[in-house]
Amino acid sequence: MAIAIATGLIVLLGYFIDIPTLAYLNSTILNWVIILAALALFIGLYNLLTVHISKIRTKEKGGLYSIILIVSMLITLILGLWLKPNHAVLGVLFNAVMAPVEKSLMAIMVITLTYASFRLLRRSNNILSLIFIITALLILLGTAPIPFIGYIPVIGDIIRPFIAQVLAAAGARGILIGIALGALTTGLRVLFGADQPYGSDPSGGEK
Amino acid sequence: MNWVKLGGLGIVLFSTVLITVLAFLRRKSTLVFRDIPTFTYLRKAIGLAVEEGSHLHISLGRGGLATPQSAVELAGLEMLRDVNELTADSDQPPVATSGDGAVALLSQNALSIPGGGALSRGYDPTAARLTGLTPFSYAAGVLPVMQDENISANVLMGNLGVEAALLTDAAERSGTSILGGSDDLSAQAILYGNAQHPLIGEEVYAAGAYLKPRPFHTASLTVQDILRWLVVISILLGAVLKLAGVL
Repeated sequence: MAIAIATGLIVLLGYFIDIPTLAYLNSTILNWVIILAALALFIGLYNLLTVHISKIRTKEKGGLYSIILIVSMLITLILGLWLKPNHAVLGVLFNAVMAPVEKSLMAIMVITLTYASFRLLRRSNNILSLIFIITALLILLGTAPIPFIGYIPVIGDIIRPFIAQVLAAAGARGILIGIALGALTTGLRVLFGADQPYGSDPSGGEK
Repeated sequence: MNWVKLGGLGIVLFSTVLITVLAFLRRKSTLVFRDIPTFTYLRKAIGLAVEEGSHLHISLGRGGLATPQSAVELAGLEMLRDVNELTADSDQPPVATSGDGAVALLSQNALSIPGGGALSRGYDPTAARLTGLTPFSYAAGVLPVMQDENISANVLMGNLGVEAALLTDAAERSGTSILGGSDDLSAQAILYGNAQHPLIGEEVYAAGAYLKPRPFHTASLTVQDILRWLVVISILLGAVLKLAGVL
């Protein structure tokens, strides 16, 4: 724990105080972080492989998908190690497989979100839900042109910019300030060793 | 050192002193927090999962530890550790999914501590998983976990973006409840609309204090409130000075 706290303090002070030794230590530690994160990724991939091999072995539902996942993962890994990540073949693999699949999922989300907004009214039938739906509708009407009509004058020119740039921006800033304060205190808790995402249980298993 | 950095260091030092003092004062007194329904429901969901013999799914999102999203990932990991301890009586460990190698490794560590159920039910290394490294591959990897693995409730606690909509939809289809929050504004909007129990803003960082109150956690929540009031006063003061033509 002492090593973790000391390392955290060096990086924190290195960010605020301009001392060459501190800056050197800071960049060395951050380089170690990058190397360890890459190593952790390999462990994560091994974990993914173990989960899916176990699914195939126990003939769980979706075993076929697990086979496809393992085969594609191994092919991509071998090609990446052999040809290096910047090779054209890997670019094609990404642009022809990964990118279209991710975009399809994004497209599915349009329907998911539309359906969800109606579900919200059914689940919590209150004034806030109504405001949520009306705001979403006004933003959509003000952003997307309607066929043969184009942009709706008042909604597109006045209401949508007012909602997006005044009301939403003010609310978003409030939430972001709250998130920043939460992140600060969480960071300090980790720095004090009160939260220990590494190592053993800080409470010693006390319930 | 420029003024911005000096100001930042000042805030960090002020918060540090305040947390330390309050944590020592809090050792002798108990503090009552405002009710956040999501955490009340989370306690119920934990109890239900233990009774039913089902899993709780904790989604830690796809943020990394070496990124600006690390704070929410650390808060998620702390909550995972607490949930693991609270479900120690169950033979079904929580299932954790993440989209970063280091977070996956730490979630395995959180599920393996003897204080949780790792001694009684045995440690299952596949309970903490890396499901995908990009936002949508992460979501695609999580969907089968939510649908096929005897999950009774899903807790989203980490860096998620718009892909949270796919997760909430999957939970709705599988008839399981979903609760949680993210540090991302679009995910918060989605969770507000789709999740039964959303967490808004900094509430996502308060899980540790609500699930298993400890002096430093409760003190950090109080410091958050103090800092929030200081920000409010600064904004109002700035507005008044601007109106008066001083700024």
